[in-house]
Amino acid sequence: MAAEQAKVDPMYQFTIKPLGGSDEWVLGEGFNIAFTNSAMWMLITTVVLFLFVLGGMRRQLVPGRWQMMVETFTGFIDNMLEANIGKAGRKYVPYVFSLFMFILFANLLGLLPLGVVGVHPFTFTSHFTVTGVLAIISFSIVLLVGFWKHGFHFFSLFVPHGTPLPMIPVIAPIEFISFMVRPFSLALRLFVAMMAGHVLLEVLSSFVIDGTNAGVGFGLLVGLPSFILMIGICALELLVAGIQAYVFALLTALYINDAENLH
Amino acid sequence: MEMEAAKLIGAGLAAIGAGMAAIGVGNVFGSFLESALRNPGAADGQQGRLFIGFAAAELLGLLAFVVAMILIFVA
Repeated sequence: MAAEQAKVDPMYQFTIKPLGGSDEWVLGEGFNIAFTNSAMWMLITTVVLFLFVLGGMRRQLVPGRWQMMVETFTGFIDNMLEANIGKAGRKYVPYVFSLFMFILFANLLGLLPLGVVGVHPFTFTSHFTVTGVLAIISFSIVLLVGFWKHGFHFFSLFVPHGTPLPMIPVIAPIEFISFMVRPFSLALRLFVAMMAGHVLLEVLSSFVIDGTNAGVGFGLLVGLPSFILMIGICALELLVAGIQAYVFALLTALYINDAENLH
Repeated sequence: MEMEAAKLIGAGLAAIGAGMAAIGVGNVFGSFLESALRNPGAADGQQGRLFIGFAAAELLGLLAFVVAMILIFVA
């Protein structure tokens, strides 16, 4: 037997832990409001996002680098909403921008290699509770806007234009189900994409650790290729972090478009 | 068959779904690139649709991953 087998549990990184002895904090009748690592990384994300946007708020006529960076993001969201919703989309820029940047920063901060110095980043977007709440906020905005603007006419969303009369009993339930599934698919996509990436990195790192522990031969045969693959997967994860934030914002925009313009 | 073995085989079979989603995602980007090279002028305007197609194709693969995870850790 070579070195002691290191047991790497790929799901351990998603454990939610109360920080600083806050696990006894209780609100009212037994609601635990402990300050967890998830909450701490949400706070860090918010502060980083706040500072990032604050740096671009100097409103100079000729923007500096920082302001240019922030304005690129706002312009990007602005364009997306205008392309998908039209003129009425402008008023959703604050919400969709916050949503996009919050998810993007959360995903990217969770990928930071801070484990090297002993601080383990926690990707809270890899939890269904968090992404679920974000999706429910988006979905409620769709419902509120839809019923506010169109009243009960909003239900015509379930009968697309030009549906032949005999087809309506078939089409309407299908459209209804596809409408009700939206918040789930929205939340599930982000959470699973983030979780899958982190599990993959953890599994590959276990190959590196176990391979290297098993001796020089295995280290070169298994550990080294896995390590190189890990670097590649990290780059892929950066891409996925951006794409998932973009897809979340884009689908929110499309759903708001349904509520704003029906079809 | 033992329950544990059946679960692991099921989780392995769910990986087929992930592979199929890979075909789907490749198809989405491949078709986009193919037509974008024919008409580069229209390509930028279709990027939103590209990512919607990508998201739809990817979601089904992620569902396969969820099934595998549920089989291993929950069921």
